[in-house]
Amino acid sequence: MLTETRASEPTTAMSPAPTVVHCSEHTIEIVSDSGEGAQKCGQIFGAVSAKMGNGVWTVEIIPAEIQPPPRIPDGASGNRIRIGAGPVTNWGDDTNLVVAFNEQVLLARHRLGGLADDAIILLEDKWAAHPDEDVQAAWRAALDELAERGYRIIFVPMEERCLTLVDNPRKGKNMFALGMLACIYARDMDRIRDQIAYAFRKKSEAVYAQNVALLQLGYDWAQENLDVRIDVPATPPAEPMVVMNGNEAIGMGALAAGFELCAMYPITPATSASHYLGEMFDRFGGVLHQAEDEIAAAGVAIGASYAGNVALTITSGPGLALKTEFIGLAVMTETPLVIVDVQRGGPSTGLPTKVEQSDLLAVLYGQPGDAPKVVLAPATIEECFHAMITARRIAEAFRAVVVVLSDANLATGVQPFPRPVPDERWMQRSFDQDAVPPGTTPYDWDPRTGLSRRILPGQPNGMFTLTGLEHDGRSKVAYSGGVHEHSSAMRSRKLAVLQSMLLPPAVHGDDSGDLLVVGWGSTKGAIEEAVDRARAAGHRVSSLHLTFLSPLQPGVREIFARFAKVCTVELNFSDEPDAPFITPENRRLGQLAWLLRAATLVDVDCWTRVPGEPLHPGAIADAIAARLARSPSKPNDSTPSARGAA
Amino acid sequence: MSAAGNRSCPLFCAAVEDDRAFEFSDYEGATARWCPGCGDHSILTAVERLLVAEQLAPEQTVFVSGIGCSSRFPHYLKTYGFHGIHGRALPVATGVKLHRPDLTVFVVMGDGDCTSIGAGHWLHAMRYNMRMVALLLDNSIYGLTKNQTSPTTPQGHPSNTQPRGSYLPPLNPVEVALGVTNASFVAQTAEWVPAHLFATLRAAYHHDGLAFVRILQRCPIYMPGNYQRAVQYPDMIELLVHDDGVMVPELDRTYRNRLAHDPHDLNRARELAMPDERIRLGVFFRDETKVKYEDLRRVPMRTAAERIGMLNAELDKYAI
Repeated sequence: MLTETRASEPTTAMSPAPTVVHCSEHTIEIVSDSGEGAQKCGQIFGAVSAKMGNGVWTVEIIPAEIQPPPRIPDGASGNRIRIGAGPVTNWGDDTNLVVAFNEQVLLARHRLGGLADDAIILLEDKWAAHPDEDVQAAWRAALDELAERGYRIIFVPMEERCLTLVDNPRKGKNMFALGMLACIYARDMDRIRDQIAYAFRKKSEAVYAQNVALLQLGYDWAQENLDVRIDVPATPPAEPMVVMNGNEAIGMGALAAGFELCAMYPITPATSASHYLGEMFDRFGGVLHQAEDEIAAAGVAIGASYAGNVALTITSGPGLALKTEFIGLAVMTETPLVIVDVQRGGPSTGLPTKVEQSDLLAVLYGQPGDAPKVVLAPATIEECFHAMITARRIAEAFRAVVVVLSDANLATGVQPFPRPVPDERWMQRSFDQDAVPPGTTPYDWDPRTGLSRRILPGQPNGMFTLTGLEHDGRSKVAYSGGVHEHSSAMRSRKLAVLQSMLLPPAVHGDDSGDLLVVGWGSTKGAIEEAVDRARAAGHRVSSLHLTFLSPLQPGVREIFARFAKVCTVELNFSDEPDAPFITPENRRLGQLAWLLRAATLVDVDCWTRVPGEPLHPGAIADAIAARLARSPSKPNDSTPSARGAA
Repeated sequence: MSAAGNRSCPLFCAAVEDDRAFEFSDYEGATARWCPGCGDHSILTAVERLLVAEQLAPEQTVFVSGIGCSSRFPHYLKTYGFHGIHGRALPVATGVKLHRPDLTVFVVMGDGDCTSIGAGHWLHAMRYNMRMVALLLDNSIYGLTKNQTSPTTPQGHPSNTQPRGSYLPPLNPVEVALGVTNASFVAQTAEWVPAHLFATLRAAYHHDGLAFVRILQRCPIYMPGNYQRAVQYPDMIELLVHDDGVMVPELDRTYRNRLAHDPHDLNRARELAMPDERIRLGVFFRDETKVKYEDLRRVPMRTAAERIGMLNAELDKYAI
């Protein structure tokens, strides 16, 4: 039944006594054509591993098209799960084990160079004897290409086995694959069945039963036929933990923060947060309003905020661009507003399903005129949850626009984190319908702080017309230079006041050294793992991760002064220093690098990539080594391009 | 009208339950800065009459506008006002009303706002059919930006952007509004017939749903000839009359062309909206049985304690 590949050293797959390989971490990929369920298989495997006490980080492999043609490398769809004995903060480097439903999607992963030399590959074998000659030829060509590396390929008759239970060959293979993985990694089958029940909670009992039967089929097959067993020890967590993806965490955070209205328009990769809120608002109370367009979504949120508790809008780059004028209005009128921007590759429609960190400057400076606003970037799934509570609080207390910059990596990534303890204070209403004291004006700015108290419709004696025209403290239209100067200062001052309340960021590693790596958002785990490796190799390198991008957290200048070099690591585009025509004067830098140079006058360098996937810690470690090797007299010398580059 | 009298109105929540009596001065804001002879003045007066007649509590009333001459409207009232951005008054009003159904919401738009840059919002707001009054102050020209062609500019009328005359036949807002699924109230009136204007506003206010009113309006600066013939010759105007529409007996002597039109008859309304030599004023269509978005969508907030409990139950599902 089991055939062995010719690609590598012959090994015996069917071993009577499987050997258990013990390791501290392992990275698994499940890839299929779109619609074959590899993502669901991976999600369940990741969630169960987390529940068993492994560290977990998952990344979805998403084709850009909804239904790409079958059996093409571009159509690869699935999930990548890194599990560890300890906490896992990023997706790591090489993949150790792959389950592939056809050889073409496997080729896609092979060509990206992300599979370990000794990767174990469980490959559906039906294509070898496919009636279509072209399919057979493609299979042979692919296996020749795969033979370049020393993978251990094990052929698995997934479909043949599944057809003993189901009629549709496209259905159920994912549960068979999950069963095999459960056997290989000794996963808790009861937890898997619970997870399947939850995943199919909207389907019938028969669907659940069939999936569980397929799961068992895969498990039993692996038990009988595979000699591969991998043990990544799991440590039951000391405190209560939850496991979810970033968009779920944003949705749940919004509920915990007491948001009552979210207005949105469908856009990848932000929409799933709204899916979650739509389901929940029906029970918690509140409204998910799917507006007619992105502009209207911003308008509805602002209208709602103007009339009560701050409202929320969730979008991604192209939607953010459309909301620009309304964001300016919210800043000008000091109407609180929370915007979640789940970043994807840009500009324009760009790479809708792929991660990037390239909206930072657009968020900060996208509005014509001076439009100061608060920007914070969660770095983990846990921070996605808590950022919503912080964002609401700041938006209302400072009458400010607060942008939460998430990204596609956080949106779909799954990671366990300490269970939040919801607090009624987070939900407190800012709603006031008492009469406004005589003499109070709509913009009663404290001249030192720029802070003022909001007046809401319904409050007697408070009637005023809010306007996007420049206005004085009474909200009267005023074009004079003096008023514009003062009102601009009041809107700006609030950021400095907020900064005075923030803590300096904590340095990861020693607080001085040869190189400080600075990052923001979802790259934190990969950067810190890379820094740890570099430090273990004897380098004097540390890292700093910024949660607040506007205002910047205090103390950054002092921290920079303690390092010989400062370099940002970001998932956005910058010119390679040694590219044609590029000079230190015209080189376009990573977005955080621009900001930090302006704020600190330090010659901040950057190493950025736009691979359409998260950064690998290994690639960052290589870049760190290259930066340290460079002569200090040539700060913009060339950078050896690291593996994982686009 | 007494506050109690408003209970028949679906929007009675906005009526005061105290013993205050509001007069014109309670609603007057800054001095209007429109040009002398601008139709906006007459509309502002009619709206103030409505506020007094309905005794709407100023603090419970919100006027939302966009950008343009007419959008200065909220500044000249002493209610709450939201003078937002061009074309986007309706989304803002939607947000206000979704979040605060207790407030009475009026939307004031110009023809550029409503039928050009914000046309998409217009269609969708009519379809949402939320309880608000949406006024289109249609002077058929861009005035604030000084004489550019609008979608409702008569064909052939020269402007700074189309100096040889407007190229296309004008968009007919009533025709468009009557074509929108779930539209529930479409009326047309004119600023130079104050009694009709007031009666129409009052009918719109009492409508249970989104009441869309196109107000024909003169611009003495950039469209001095527009509607002048209709002002001089009342026979150019035909009033649509019906018990469920607008009846203004005091106009009977001046406006002799009257047509009985049942506003529940959508097909007839569409016929009457087609371009004609006559200008028809009145309620073209009215149907209070249309669904209102806020009735479908708004789920009352649970208490914080209940939500904490639900959140913990939700976290349990994700617990390790």
